[in-house]
Amino acid sequence: MAVIHAMNHLVLLPLVIPFVVAVAAFLVRRRPLFQRTLGLAGAGGVLLAALVLIVAVWRHGVQVLHIGGWPAPFGITLVADLFSALMVVLAGVIGFLVTVYSLISVDARRASFGYYPLLLILLMGVCGAFLTGDLFNLYVWFEVLLMASFALLTLGGERGQIEGGFKYVTLNLIASTLFLTALGLVYGMTGTLNMAALARSLPAAPYPGLLLTVSMLFLVGFGIKAAVFPLFFWLPASYHTPPVAVSAVFVGLLTKVGVYALVRLFTLVFLQDTAFTHTLILVLAGCTMVTGVLGAVAQNEFRRILSFHSISQVGYMLMGLGLFTPLALAGALYFMIHHSVVKTNLFLVSGVVYERQGSYELKHLGGQYRAFPALAALFLVSALSLAGVPPFSGFFAKLSLVQAGLALGHYGIVGVSLAVGALTLLSMAKIWAEVFWKAPPTAPGAGGAAVHEIQHNRLAVLLAPVVVLALAAVLMGVLAEPVLALVTRAADQLLDPAEYINRVLGT
Amino acid sequence: MAVVLAVVIGVLYGVALFLLLRRSLAKVILGLAILTNATNLLIFTVAGLVRARPPIVAPDAEQLTPPFADPVPQAFILTAIVIGFGVLAFALVLAYRAFQVVGSDDLDDMRSTDTLPPDSPTLPEQIADSGRVQGSEAGREPAVVRDGTAEESG
Repeated sequence: MAVIHAMNHLVLLPLVIPFVVAVAAFLVRRRPLFQRTLGLAGAGGVLLAALVLIVAVWRHGVQVLHIGGWPAPFGITLVADLFSALMVVLAGVIGFLVTVYSLISVDARRASFGYYPLLLILLMGVCGAFLTGDLFNLYVWFEVLLMASFALLTLGGERGQIEGGFKYVTLNLIASTLFLTALGLVYGMTGTLNMAALARSLPAAPYPGLLLTVSMLFLVGFGIKAAVFPLFFWLPASYHTPPVAVSAVFVGLLTKVGVYALVRLFTLVFLQDTAFTHTLILVLAGCTMVTGVLGAVAQNEFRRILSFHSISQVGYMLMGLGLFTPLALAGALYFMIHHSVVKTNLFLVSGVVYERQGSYELKHLGGQYRAFPALAALFLVSALSLAGVPPFSGFFAKLSLVQAGLALGHYGIVGVSLAVGALTLLSMAKIWAEVFWKAPPTAPGAGGAAVHEIQHNRLAVLLAPVVVLALAAVLMGVLAEPVLALVTRAADQLLDPAEYINRVLGT
Repeated sequence: MAVVLAVVIGVLYGVALFLLLRRSLAKVILGLAILTNATNLLIFTVAGLVRARPPIVAPDAEQLTPPFADPVPQAFILTAIVIGFGVLAFALVLAYRAFQVVGSDDLDDMRSTDTLPPDSPTLPEQIADSGRVQGSEAGREPAVVRDGTAEESG
């Protein structure tokens, strides 16, 4: 047991490392070289800590750390079960690769105003939200990552950033306030906000109607954060405005935190009326999928299309949660990992295209297949994976979800998910045709941008994360069986939280 | 007493939501401030209103005897106030910057990032006008005016 106790502090590492490095980076923020080194070191440290953590969780079960020694439910507990550890690894990977990309793509002015410390604080908030076992602590970590994201979104002060940023700020603050309201009500009813203690005490709580209302408040609050229908309109207004590295990290991590919170709450805490809550989640998932992809089909700017697709894919993750079987949850987890990898990759590809042609508008782009076939291949890997084409990761994620839906007889949502997959493929084909296949616009009045060749060493740094993420998408598809084993074990832990509750409450 | 506070909280939420739906930047910020205040008051009320019984163990006792004022929600409220203060400070500066960049206080003037650009070929009028599915810009009609304001492309 002594060995396991010593390992518990691993849970704290993904939070402490980025914080310390962020403070150091902030102190040297006028020196871009130190900034970049520290940013890379911090993100790399988070990734290493995450990998060590997941190995510990895989071998020794749920890792628990009571902050300050105060036992649950009196103090704040950090808990790493397999789901949390997986998400922290995802955060580490995405954070590190986007930091590598930022080394070249983020200009010195933004770096001197604290881009790298802000990115590290964002990573800290994301990891904190994944690792906490207390609802109020979840609110605090949400606010930390929200503040960092506000600053990252508006850093640079272009008009689009300010406009989109204001909507992002307002809607996310409303979401936080709704979350806080629900927290207050839960505390009033039960006297505790520790998730494991709630899981134990809520089935016996009075006023089940009020409990259902509170769970719906949580659904709305986290639904805004996760970009669920009809609460997602802040996302397409804001995600395409900042520099592409910021967009990539937002789309890879921030909506996942909202989905993570929903999954955690509706598998651990709010299980009193699953016939209503999970059916509602299923309906919302279907609507999200459809409205997201229809929005994407109408757009003509590379990043706006991808932003709307992000919304649509959140619908798939919620479909897994709504179906509420082990295979469905495993599919949802697989989907969360696959989507982060692939979507971040697509955003980074759009960034490389921007660096070469100077625009994101589809009508100003073209000819990338002839000019840069490697980039076209990398795009194709991610796009086909997103659309769910075998042998890439998206196929197996969608297959798990569809199989789980068919096993339960929910033919409606399965049909919707397959139709949305077809529309996603259509949208990806549109981007392919416009950006890579067609000839570049040559008429001077058409505003066609010339192709700027990027220096080879800069291009190598820009492309390295793209290659790694594309490789990850391929590997997750080819090695689908080990990945499925991993997420199935995580899903089983979610559906049977006895180990989680026992380890936290110590009984 | 709890009923009075409940009514006050309800009124505050109503006022905050009303302000959040206004067109002026300043009113939206005010709405956010009142919303956070209403939530803090809600946490305070919901945890139980106990008068004149601080959570201090009497010298001759070993445990607190209920009822006592619960210190935990007060800690929550303090944290929420501080977070709200930081966030509101940022939102105020952002609103001022938005006013400087856009030149007006009206949220209807700040829609360039969430509408399609006026020369987008997806708009039905453009498809009908140009007679092509995907046209180039040469010879195109001037930008469609939407809702009385002419937007520049995003």
